[in-house]
Amino acid sequence: MIKAQEIKKSFIVSIWFMFLTFPIMVIRVNPIEEIVEWRWKNMFVVGIGSFLLSFVWRYMLKKREAGEKRAETGESGKTFLIQRILEERRFYIPLVTGLTIIAVAFPFIFSMYQTSIMTTALMYIVLGLGLNIVVGLAGLLDLGYVAFYAVGAYSYALLNHHFGLGFWSVLPIGAVLGFIFGVLLGFPVLRLRGDYLAIVTLGFGEIIRLVLENWNEFSFGPSGIANIDRPGFFGIQFSLQAASIYLYFLMIGFVIFTIIVVNRLQNSRIGRAWIALREDETACQVMGIDKTRTKLRAFALGATWAGMVGVIFAAKTTFINPASFTFLESAMILSIVVLGGMGSILGVIIGALILILLPEYLRAFSDYRMLLFGAIMVIMMVFRPQGIIANIRRRYKFDG
Amino acid sequence: MEYFLELVLGGLTRGSIYALIALGYTMVYGIIELINFAHGEIYMIGAFTALIFTSVLTLLGFNEIAVIVLASLAAVIYSSAYGYTVEKIAYKPLRHTSRLSPLISAIGMSIFLQNYVLLAQTSDFLPFPNLIPEFEFIKPYRHIISSSEILILITTSTAMILLTFLIKFTRTGKAMRATAQDRNMAMLVGVNVDRVISITFVIGSALAALGGVLIASHVGQINFYVGFIAGIKAFTAAVLGGIGSIPGAVLGALVLGLTESFATGYISSDYEDVFAFGLLVLILIFKPAGILGRVTDRKL
Repeated sequence: MIKAQEIKKSFIVSIWFMFLTFPIMVIRVNPIEEIVEWRWKNMFVVGIGSFLLSFVWRYMLKKREAGEKRAETGESGKTFLIQRILEERRFYIPLVTGLTIIAVAFPFIFSMYQTSIMTTALMYIVLGLGLNIVVGLAGLLDLGYVAFYAVGAYSYALLNHHFGLGFWSVLPIGAVLGFIFGVLLGFPVLRLRGDYLAIVTLGFGEIIRLVLENWNEFSFGPSGIANIDRPGFFGIQFSLQAASIYLYFLMIGFVIFTIIVVNRLQNSRIGRAWIALREDETACQVMGIDKTRTKLRAFALGATWAGMVGVIFAAKTTFINPASFTFLESAMILSIVVLGGMGSILGVIIGALILILLPEYLRAFSDYRMLLFGAIMVIMMVFRPQGIIANIRRRYKFDG
Repeated sequence: MEYFLELVLGGLTRGSIYALIALGYTMVYGIIELINFAHGEIYMIGAFTALIFTSVLTLLGFNEIAVIVLASLAAVIYSSAYGYTVEKIAYKPLRHTSRLSPLISAIGMSIFLQNYVLLAQTSDFLPFPNLIPEFEFIKPYRHIISSSEILILITTSTAMILLTFLIKFTRTGKAMRATAQDRNMAMLVGVNVDRVISITFVIGSALAALGGVLIASHVGQINFYVGFIAGIKAFTAAVLGGIGSIPGAVLGALVLGLTESFATGYISSDYEDVFAFGLLVLILIFKPAGILGRVTDRKL
């Protein structure tokens, strides 16, 4: 039963938001032609919308508080359906087989356009997993992740343009360059407090982009580099369609490789050190973990992955310019990690598929894409900081 | 020599605008140890509100002075309201979580507000009318300093003096200092911490809006993205001076303004933003506590 008091509260909220959005949402001016456009309809929409949303908001807050209380009293929360499926072999095996069949058949069933979108989504999965090492496991907020991605893309584009080097020879070079840039940037800043890291990486990302935009002799400026070679296969050059299918399978392989690496890392000594460092730095140092070196490893590994995906990106689009490497790109990758669940591999994969594929297929949404990403980050942090699929923490049971 | 003087004054003007925005960062950081990424967007919304009100009021036939005063007032009120609301939605529920969560939430808020303005208004650069009238006595020195620069310097210094007074001598200021030192202790002696935090956000946002109006009318154009770059630069200023310290933010902002002015004047204007970011990276590496900041012990 909704009480009168609740309605009053929501009413106040809705009045407040109508006031708040009045100049931006209702009035639109054209200072050149001196026309003022009044859009009263928007005010009505905001009023109704905020009235309803405030109920949802309060309900969610209440639910969150109840959840916190449960956690405090030590009552075990429900295990989620997905976690149970993952733990039991009889669900797990058919699921993986099914996914494999779909993944293999995909480019042959769907059009080239669909395959290309899927390849993009796969690239973001790898980027998300790479950033997940930095943000999810080590707890370092990297807002300039796209800088390393740009390093990879430009190293392929430039080496290909000037020296005609092929995809396969540049892929390791891109990885190494990403690694080197990661160490170079990480070394000075990782000694600092976590929130400074966020802003320095953000600044660094912008510096790289601005340099690429302005240093015409080196990077060809805002016009970018075109006609980059697609990946070859032992010297064979494919037709356009075959090349896109080839790239798709390349990405599938790369995703699997990344999953294996991240999974192995997570359960290794260094992965444990990352998680421990994320939870409590001081306790970690007391245990004898070298804080800076451990952080640096996470940072450089994340950068390595971004460098490799950068090379693939350049090979896929055959054209790159600095506009592909803005802060919004970093923000998008970050929202993939946040939505999916920090530290959770499956979560990041699902997060990437949702955030990349949904706006592609729901065209009406695509204008609202970044608005949605921003809202997702806030809402997820407030109500479900662990993401859609929480990382399953390994627990040891004592049988005795 | 004249060119040098022009650069100094240009740098000081730029610096005082950064100072107005940097104060918001430093005050919020001082109290809840959060980098309020959405602060730059609050400033941008202030500038947009001023632009919208200026156009509407001019069309309604108000005279120039009334337009300036009312539009600036509207910008300050709306920015404060946005600052207050952002804190309630995105930061207050996260006050007791890890450090990473509010930071991500702040970035989300910043992206959200940017795109909200982009979708509701336009992605184009809008020309901003020059609200500041030409002063007669400045005419002979026109080539060195413009009247808008003088007005910016005067407004900023007035705002700084008022703010210092507020923090040093009023009850609210005392409560703010107490909360910054130790939030739990402040709560125990009866400070309404929630209210203090809200007030901090409101004051910071109002100053940012003032900065927004001044710089928009000085530069002459705005779009939805101006807040992002200005925000990072103001943050650089706050870090440069020592984050959490109010005189530090002002000093840092002036240093940053002068650096940018000289670098663009003598080296190249293409890399204007690179100098600011480069300066930020250098400070964090060599003197992370900033010019006036003290190295504090970490609380366990």
